[in-house]
Amino acid sequence: MDEIFGIPAPLLFGQLLLGLINGAFYAMLSLGLAVIFGLLNIVNMAHGAQFMMGAFAAWMLLAWGGIGYWWALLLAPIIVGITGVILEKLFISRLYKLDHLYGLLLTFGLALIIEGVFRNEFGSSGLPYRIPPELSGAWDLGFMFMPVYRGWVVVAALVLCITTWLLIEKTRLGAYLRAATENAALVQAFGVNVPRMVTLTYGAGVALAAVGGVLAAPIYSVNPQMGSNLIIVVFAVVVIGGMGSILGSILTGFALGIVEGLTKVFWPEASATVIFVIMAIVLLARPAGLFGRK
Amino acid sequence: MADTTSITAAAIPDVAQEAGGVWGFSRAQLVGLGILLVFLVVAPFVLYPVFLMKLYCFALFACAFNLLIGYVGLLSFGHAAYFGMGGYLAGHAAKVWGLTPELSIIIGGVTAGLLGVLAGWIAIRRQGIYFAMITLALAQMVYFFCVQAPFTGGEDGIQAIPRGNLFGVIPLDRDLSMYWVVAAVFLAGFLLVHRIIHSPYGQVLKSIRENEPRATSLGYRTDDYKLLAFILSATLAGVAGATKSIVFGIATLTDVHWSMSGEVVLMTLVGGLGTIFGPVVGAAVIVTMQNYLAEMGAWVTVIQGVIFVACVLAFRRGLIGELAALLKVKL
Amino acid sequence: MSMNRRGVLAAGAAMTMGGLPAARAQGSQTIRIGVMNDMSGPYRDAAGPGSVALTQQAVQDFGSRGFAVEVLQADHQNKPDLGASIARQWFDQGVDVVADLPTSSVALAVNQIAREKNKVHLNSGAATSDLTGPQCSPNTVHWTYDTYMLAKSTGAAIVKSGGTSWFFITADYAFGHALERDTGNFVRAQGGSVVGGARYPFPATTDFSAFLLQAQASGAKVLGLASASTDTVNAIKGAREFGLQRRMKIAALLMGLPDVKSLGLESGQGLLLTEPFYWDLNDRTRALTQRVQAKNQNRPPAMEPAGCYGMVLHYLKAVADMGVAAAKASGAEAVARMKAMPTDDDAFGPGSIRADGRKIHPSYLFQVKTPAESRGPWDLYTLGATTAAEEAFRPLAEGGCPLVRS
Repeated sequence: MDEIFGIPAPLLFGQLLLGLINGAFYAMLSLGLAVIFGLLNIVNMAHGAQFMMGAFAAWMLLAWGGIGYWWALLLAPIIVGITGVILEKLFISRLYKLDHLYGLLLTFGLALIIEGVFRNEFGSSGLPYRIPPELSGAWDLGFMFMPVYRGWVVVAALVLCITTWLLIEKTRLGAYLRAATENAALVQAFGVNVPRMVTLTYGAGVALAAVGGVLAAPIYSVNPQMGSNLIIVVFAVVVIGGMGSILGSILTGFALGIVEGLTKVFWPEASATVIFVIMAIVLLARPAGLFGRK
Repeated sequence: MADTTSITAAAIPDVAQEAGGVWGFSRAQLVGLGILLVFLVVAPFVLYPVFLMKLYCFALFACAFNLLIGYVGLLSFGHAAYFGMGGYLAGHAAKVWGLTPELSIIIGGVTAGLLGVLAGWIAIRRQGIYFAMITLALAQMVYFFCVQAPFTGGEDGIQAIPRGNLFGVIPLDRDLSMYWVVAAVFLAGFLLVHRIIHSPYGQVLKSIRENEPRATSLGYRTDDYKLLAFILSATLAGVAGATKSIVFGIATLTDVHWSMSGEVVLMTLVGGLGTIFGPVVGAAVIVTMQNYLAEMGAWVTVIQGVIFVACVLAFRRGLIGELAALLKVKL
Repeated sequence: MSMNRRGVLAAGAAMTMGGLPAARAQGSQTIRIGVMNDMSGPYRDAAGPGSVALTQQAVQDFGSRGFAVEVLQADHQNKPDLGASIARQWFDQGVDVVADLPTSSVALAVNQIAREKNKVHLNSGAATSDLTGPQCSPNTVHWTYDTYMLAKSTGAAIVKSGGTSWFFITADYAFGHALERDTGNFVRAQGGSVVGGARYPFPATTDFSAFLLQAQASGAKVLGLASASTDTVNAIKGAREFGLQRRMKIAALLMGLPDVKSLGLESGQGLLLTEPFYWDLNDRTRALTQRVQAKNQNRPPAMEPAGCYGMVLHYLKAVADMGVAAAKASGAEAVARMKAMPTDDDAFGPGSIRADGRKIHPSYLFQVKTPAESRGPWDLYTLGATTAAEEAFRPLAEGGCPLVRS
């Protein structure tokens, strides 16, 4: 099993794995964006910066506090989530009555501030974050060399996405959330504190981005631009999937990651643009996106 | 919708058209135009001309962007694509094809316009935040194209672009000669934007901004109007980028990067969305700030972010919008 | 009296709007040297603050010869347009020399402007051999190293040890292209072959795994990294993660002391690399290291800063020789004087500058020590082969420099 369709197996499966990993990040980020957008009607342009903050939080916990990967996986999202709650309270909550575009501009400004501060403090070349010893090394699968950590990222992201989906679709809390998305005033009338729910939802969406950041830290070195390059692709993913459904954003994220990985095998030069081309095609055929409701 | 305010309605003071204006300019705008003209003539003898040329290029870029957001209500987050592409094509035309600067700039503008046809055709299918996200994504595609296309020189950019001779006769090597060309291009673009806004076509654009369903019900094919505005805006952005690459002799990825798209949004926001002088003043503020504060490195980004946040939260009319509201005039 | 003021001046700040720079009031007897490099990105450790420190050391060691020297600095962020606009403004406002420029794309852009304005471009950190080839200029001296030197030393050594088929992972800009081209030429000249390559976007790439998989699939014996600094370190780490080192030999074609330090001896041991300067080479280099250590964050100088030391010192000697007024009036004249005088400094020893602007000195092939061999935090190299100055660089006639034919 050395070659498949004339393509060396390690290359095909390797790129598929890398595609799945990218897809996992797309899924986690577009999921967070969809959750935030659903309730707040805001496109969170700071999502990439908050992904980066997650990675930096993990790095700081290790470098300054001696706290390792596993605790960081829990603590970093909480820390970043709290900063998200503060941002929502201080700034974002003032914009709900205005054109949604102002929310986009505000969060873009916040993203610039966050990125600039980190670039000042840490430079732009990236800080190394070691793979935790439990997950280092690689399995030799015969047809390819499979780094353990990369496998873990795919599994962790899948578990996280499915959990979030179940939480929103199957629990009482999720039901409130969905109801508030449809009609906030009515939910408020039933005695649910909607503003607090909005704040916490933003915090949760941001925390989701931060988990992605922690998972990414050992793969991409921790650097201030790691989020902004990713987030634009995620916007395209969101446009393709449509912001209508949680499951839709997860599926689209993973699927597009795989498409990108395959493009790297067959036509490497096009791999950076393939998702945008797909976006254009989807827009022409289904302007509301694959899972979107018009 | 009742509970939301359109992004530009907040910025534009509700002042009736004054009587006694000329060529669609109100009296206050004529004063503004006079100040602008005097500045254009005097400035190169006082300030560093290369800096001024950079400023005019960005001012024209912001005017082009404002045409779309200020008068049609469409927030494009990918205008760097047209600015940068205009720069690349002009650079290529001047360096490789050996064309004169004015032809190179025209080629840059036309290319950006053609790109605008394609991107606009896709993007106007959605409104609001979706429009912003789609334009951003399409611009990122253009960015990746520029990274890989051989004629752009990738990370190196197109270097050593000659300024050449205007109309094949007047050499532009001296900064001051180049200055007058750039000032003329800027002024022409500025007046063109003004002319477009005050044409019957511009009135339809504004009606689309205020109430698109109603414009549709009146029989206007709003998509065609929006697309044409997008193309015009892209073309002017391309002219701005083309001029910049001729001035500096270099066209690079910086000008197609998303951060450039963000900068032009900021310039227009700071100056005042939907005002005719706003983008010019906004560009002046941001370019000056970048020059003065460059030694602060990434703090410039932070300051830009702070200005963004401040504008959105407290200052939605921008400098010129606030001034206009204060004086109760239209600027 | 020599002045050694460090003016932080980026993108022409402060003097932007005011027309004449305030500093000009100090009179025309001041030589202004602008050190421009990467202060925040991947090349910060190699050049960055170190180059500024060593430039200041050169000014200090030069001493007082009747004129003042001012050292400015700026961050070009590896962007050619930014570098070009800073240089333009510097030259328009009284700066005589732009020095360092470790990013080839920026160096080539500034090279044009220095020539146009008849100023001086002293280059230490850029690698592309085109600076003294097709794009050579009478206003430019290329001091420390270039892609040809690296290819000839590291590339040839690896081919000789059996690495006959190569796959390149290349930084997609002027530097990477030149290094890949020059190394490929040596590989083919020695009977080897280049079976493929992949180009990665610079400076935005941090994960090299997709390219490494392509390299692995190519079946080549050698993975040639036509990259530098952090990129090279990340690529080597990634290669280990995907098990490339079991089948392929890794050739880090440009690797410096800070890179080896950040990679660590555990991962880096045994790598072959080429540099024209190492702090522990001889008594003079050790003495220089001793002198500058405190200014240089207690690190020994890397080769790029060392080059800044050598070339700035030599430039100042030329200025003293021809007179400040003449040196300020014509950059080309100043460079011509530098070429006419033999060089000698603590970092590189005696040497000379050729007609095409190429500084000539020996190059050294080093092997990275094992953790057991290393006797100190910066004791990282064992000296292998030495290539003599006359052999180390591309022969004058082969470069295609228009200055040489005349």
